[in-house]
Amino acid sequence: MDLPQATSKGAVAARRMANIVQFENVGLRYGTGQETLSDISFTLGSGAFYFLTGASGAGKTSLLKLLYLAQRPSRGIIRLFGEDAVTMPRGRLPGFRRRIGVVFQDFRLVPHLSAWDNIALPLRVAGVPEDDIEQPVREMLAWVGLAERAQARPATLSGGEQQRVAIARAVIGRPEVLVADEPTGNVDPEMADRLIHLFESLNKLGTTVVVATHDFQLLNRVPGAQMMRLDKGRLLDPTGALRYPPSARGFA
Amino acid sequence: MSGADRRVLDEAGGLHAMTWVMAIMLFLTLLAAALGLGTRQSASALERQLAGRLTVQVVEGSPTARDALAARTLSVLRTVPEVRRAVAVDRAELTRLLEPWVGSAGVDADLPVPAMIDVDLAAGASAEPVVAAVKSVSAASRIDRHQRWMSPVSGFLDTLTWLALGLVVLMMGATAAVVVLAARAGLETHRATIEVMHMLGSTDVQVARLFQRRIATDAAIGGAVGAIAALLLLWFLGTQLAALGSQLIGGIVLEPGDWAVLVLLPLGFVLLANAAARLTVVSALRRSL
Repeated sequence: MDLPQATSKGAVAARRMANIVQFENVGLRYGTGQETLSDISFTLGSGAFYFLTGASGAGKTSLLKLLYLAQRPSRGIIRLFGEDAVTMPRGRLPGFRRRIGVVFQDFRLVPHLSAWDNIALPLRVAGVPEDDIEQPVREMLAWVGLAERAQARPATLSGGEQQRVAIARAVIGRPEVLVADEPTGNVDPEMADRLIHLFESLNKLGTTVVVATHDFQLLNRVPGAQMMRLDKGRLLDPTGALRYPPSARGFA
Repeated sequence: MSGADRRVLDEAGGLHAMTWVMAIMLFLTLLAAALGLGTRQSASALERQLAGRLTVQVVEGSPTARDALAARTLSVLRTVPEVRRAVAVDRAELTRLLEPWVGSAGVDADLPVPAMIDVDLAAGASAEPVVAAVKSVSAASRIDRHQRWMSPVSGFLDTLTWLALGLVVLMMGATAAVVVLAARAGLETHRATIEVMHMLGSTDVQVARLFQRRIATDAAIGGAVGAIAALLLLWFLGTQLAALGSQLIGGIVLEPGDWAVLVLLPLGFVLLANAAARLTVVSALRRSL
């Protein structure tokens, strides 16, 4: 399963240059309770592959929400693609969200749309003419191995199939950053391997990939990936010194 | 977005109940509007009929002197430029008019019944020169302006017209309120889908457009059903009214322009529903991130 080639090598090289995500002392508090995330600082390099790990409730999903602009932080600085995402006006958010692909933990497929229409949704949102949608959707369906299930609705797809539709939907717009929240949580190990391979192939084309998981076995399947660990809302390795190499992870 | 995006909102989302609400609203609105337009036409017709008409009563005890005075008054009136037409009311006609009060034996010669002259004024002319002309012949003569005794009727018809206009405005307000409620319910029903669309980069306007399209379609279908039913009923009532042959209510007719207004009203309602849906959805989405 290789991602359809549509990005030039020059463009890929250009993407692998700067940090495209920067968090500085970010805190997140829901309502008046304790902070869910505290003092989060890190940078994500363009074109790199990251795992975000931590036990359930550590704050992985909250951190990803900040990353894909579903939430504003209570404090701190977030810079996305070189711009301040904290004070960014609402009207500019859609343009930035289109540069970020998201695979939700619960897939969030639109239930009454077919796999085809779910995958086509980001292109339609972006205003791509219908004539120009058919080919990329067909390619994406083939890429995730669901060409035969194009007209199936989510309710008739297995968990793994739904996950692959969600991935295809997340990447069809060729995002600069792909964020996946527990993408292998609902699939068997074989399917998990296939999904990770999909992410790798996308990463090879220059997309920055961030995968949140509490499956430590998954970490060693992408040798070049970096790792961030969250514990009770705090990054355990704020300097990034332990992010890699894989042998330093201690989960072999 | 275009084309297939219309399916993004689930068809079973519950917005379709609005079709029937719109049908009922439009049905009632068109009836109220027709009442207003018809009454306005009737009031105008009455105004046209009575505005330029008056009756001169020549009062004189002696029948001979009365007839002579009436003839002189008539000849003077015919020289007044403001008078388009002046005709003495026939005695036989007067007798017929008085028959319910004085009996079928006819008017007694000794009964001091005034002589009467019907006067039609020229269009837009003032009655004052006519009054002056009549008084110059006989100060005792009386002038009865038809408009004066019909003005309460005309005022009542005006009130009905304003009442109908008020009903139309109220119905439009109620329609907008129904659309706002339907849009809010739709937002709640489709919250998950809308969240996903936002995360995929949809703008508020794109999401609002989905609702607008749905609500406009429902409003158009409902509006068409209600309007057709109302127009058929109005046509039926029109034929019934014409068959009555009544002079008073026979004036309640709808002119082509009135029918055009009735046909355009549903279109206005669809536009109103569209605007209400857009404003509601956009302002609700603005409260989210």
